[in-house]
Amino acid sequence: MSKAKPLGGRIFTPTFMICLMITGFFIYFAAKRFIFGIGSIANLNDGFPWGIWIAYDVVVGSAFACGGYVMALMVYVLNKGEFHPLVRPALLASMFGYTLAGVSVFLDIGRYLNAYNLYLPWQMNFHSVMFEVAMCIGTYIFVLWLEFSPAFVEKWQLKNFGKILNRVVFALIALGVLLPTMHQSSLGTMMLMAGFKLDPLWHTSSLPLLFLLTALFMGFAMVIFEGTISSRVYDLGDETSMFSKISSIMTWILGFYLVIRFQNIFMRGEMGHAFSGSFLGNMFLLENLLLLIGLFILSSASNRSNPRALFIAAVAILLGGSLFRFNTYIIGFDPGTGWKYFPSVGEQVITYGLIAMEIAAYTLFVKIFPVFEVHKPVESNP
Amino acid sequence: MKQEEFEKVQKRLGNVSRRDFMKLCSAVAATMALPGTVVPKIAHAITSPTRPPVIWLHGSECTGCSMSLLRSEHPTLEKLIFDLISLDFHETVSAGAGHQAEEALHKAVEENFGKFILVIEGAIPMKDGGVFCRIAGKNFVQTVKEIGAKAGAVIAIGSCASWGGVAAMDPNPTGCVGVQEVLPEKKVISLPGCPPNPYNLLSTIIHYLTFNRMPVLDDENRPKFAYGRLIHEHCERRPHFDNGRFARSFGDEGHRQGYCLYYLGCKGPVTYANCSTMQFGDAGSGCWPVGIGHPCFGCAEKGVGFNIPQFTTSPVIHTTPAAAHAPITLERGEGVSVKSAALMAGAAGVAIGAGAVFTAKLSGKEDKHENKEA
Repeated sequence: MSKAKPLGGRIFTPTFMICLMITGFFIYFAAKRFIFGIGSIANLNDGFPWGIWIAYDVVVGSAFACGGYVMALMVYVLNKGEFHPLVRPALLASMFGYTLAGVSVFLDIGRYLNAYNLYLPWQMNFHSVMFEVAMCIGTYIFVLWLEFSPAFVEKWQLKNFGKILNRVVFALIALGVLLPTMHQSSLGTMMLMAGFKLDPLWHTSSLPLLFLLTALFMGFAMVIFEGTISSRVYDLGDETSMFSKISSIMTWILGFYLVIRFQNIFMRGEMGHAFSGSFLGNMFLLENLLLLIGLFILSSASNRSNPRALFIAAVAILLGGSLFRFNTYIIGFDPGTGWKYFPSVGEQVITYGLIAMEIAAYTLFVKIFPVFEVHKPVESNP
Repeated sequence: MKQEEFEKVQKRLGNVSRRDFMKLCSAVAATMALPGTVVPKIAHAITSPTRPPVIWLHGSECTGCSMSLLRSEHPTLEKLIFDLISLDFHETVSAGAGHQAEEALHKAVEENFGKFILVIEGAIPMKDGGVFCRIAGKNFVQTVKEIGAKAGAVIAIGSCASWGGVAAMDPNPTGCVGVQEVLPEKKVISLPGCPPNPYNLLSTIIHYLTFNRMPVLDDENRPKFAYGRLIHEHCERRPHFDNGRFARSFGDEGHRQGYCLYYLGCKGPVTYANCSTMQFGDAGSGCWPVGIGHPCFGCAEKGVGFNIPQFTTSPVIHTTPAAAHAPITLERGEGVSVKSAALMAGAAGVAIGAGAVFTAKLSGKEDKHENKEA
């Protein structure tokens, strides 16, 4: 039994209401999509079959949701028990992140009613990267809910279920570490297949490795980002000492990533392209500048124990990592003459709605279920 | 097949080059949709000294099938046919005449008893004992019965031999029938068409030589590799049919544009043959009836050719017209609009603003708390 407790308190806060309102817009556009088809709300076309729904909701969103992955890796695989208080909030965010990525894919596939075929063994194509990603993410969503389910067990006193869960939880955690390792690298493999359509600054056989590394450091950055916000918002007490330890691990991964990234560009002779002043060259520089800012801030030990510097670094790293993924999936992707794409209002509202839903569900769950361990007594509970 | 091996038979093949010979074998394999690995087998079968000979008889017909074979424009094809498939007897291209020719026929039949491939071109008149077609003082029906009984395999080439064709057209005064009716005890492979593509015959014979059995046949004994599909299915004008673009009379705008000839009476939708993929009579690319602007008249289909009038519209079997057709101009997506840009800028602004406010409120030191309600 963990020391986590439900926070309680008022549910219908202004933040929650705004999120619900945006979710309302989401429902309107989602209904329109299901009744009149994708074309009625989206700018997706034959040249850009993957738009913001895939690029943000799945590719970037699942990297944001890698907090649960990296914390499970740290605590259960590397046995760093000291970070245990961070696991459950990270899992909660991952759970919603991945679930809503699944929702987004459901909106994005044309014949959504055929989606069940994914789970029929005789329909499976084991040579498809897309199948690997879909199966892996589809399974990981269930694994995340089960990984989080001890919170339900504690809340509702589900003793029998709790006993079963205790017996299989090691397998769930092993899956919870294995699956993201698989599909996060496969997200890179998918764009490897884009061939010459993808700009050489992003198209490299190292894409799977780069995607896996971005998932790792973005997961850590997300834990810091989320933890900083929730500790302030819910008055949970200070977690900076834990964050500073996490950030030093993250710094090594980030440094390793940047070495590989630049070595790769040098090796393929694309450095001139990067500094050519072209739009894509500048996007490459911006992406890596953001990551370098994060690396630079975190390289000093005093900054690592400073909440503000930590927060800024985490945001810079999240933005840089996201930009890398956006660049790979949309910005650096050129399907041929004349094709253009910019997310339409409907597409954007769907994405914002998913983010709003995530925030709303997160704030709801932390108040109802035992997620956070409070370090200091709460003086007032409005 | 190695060069040394080939040199032994090169002279017999009319001094064709090894390259041309292997190209023919590949073409034959491709016609039957066989894999490339059987090409060497085909080459060996064709050059084998013990391969069964072909004996070719003519009945009530125009010799068009033989003509189409002779006129094959593939280089050295006629040479290859006569030397390759060991055509021991062919009435119309025989050098000898009269008793001499008749002797050659019977000698070839006796020598290859039970082994030879009998190709019959032309229908067989049955009325009045078959007196309407007599060769060497014998009714043709008698000849077919006698020689057919001794053959290893029987192929009916052309529509006449397949079911009577033009000779059996209504009112069929001579009572013409196809070979199968005269030889009910044998499985007669039919290659209908007026004339059929010479490659279909060549491929069928070479299949027999290579594998010692006939190719897969449909229920009318036609080889499936050639007659498995409707002409309509692979027609080069099919997209016009699917999109409703038709020629309505000869020489009109649609006809000149090369639109679908369905309303001019094209029988492609009811005729099983490979004309649309193999072309017709090996006359060269695009030189088949539909390709030159004439509707198919269904020569290869019993009950269609010589039966339904040329300009009568045929029924469409296996109809799969497209519900909607692909657009001619492709939309290439929409770029940024004022609304979408404004929304994204607004969302980014809110995020940056909230982030900045939050960052400003964060202390530079540990352990100080904000108390903001969420």
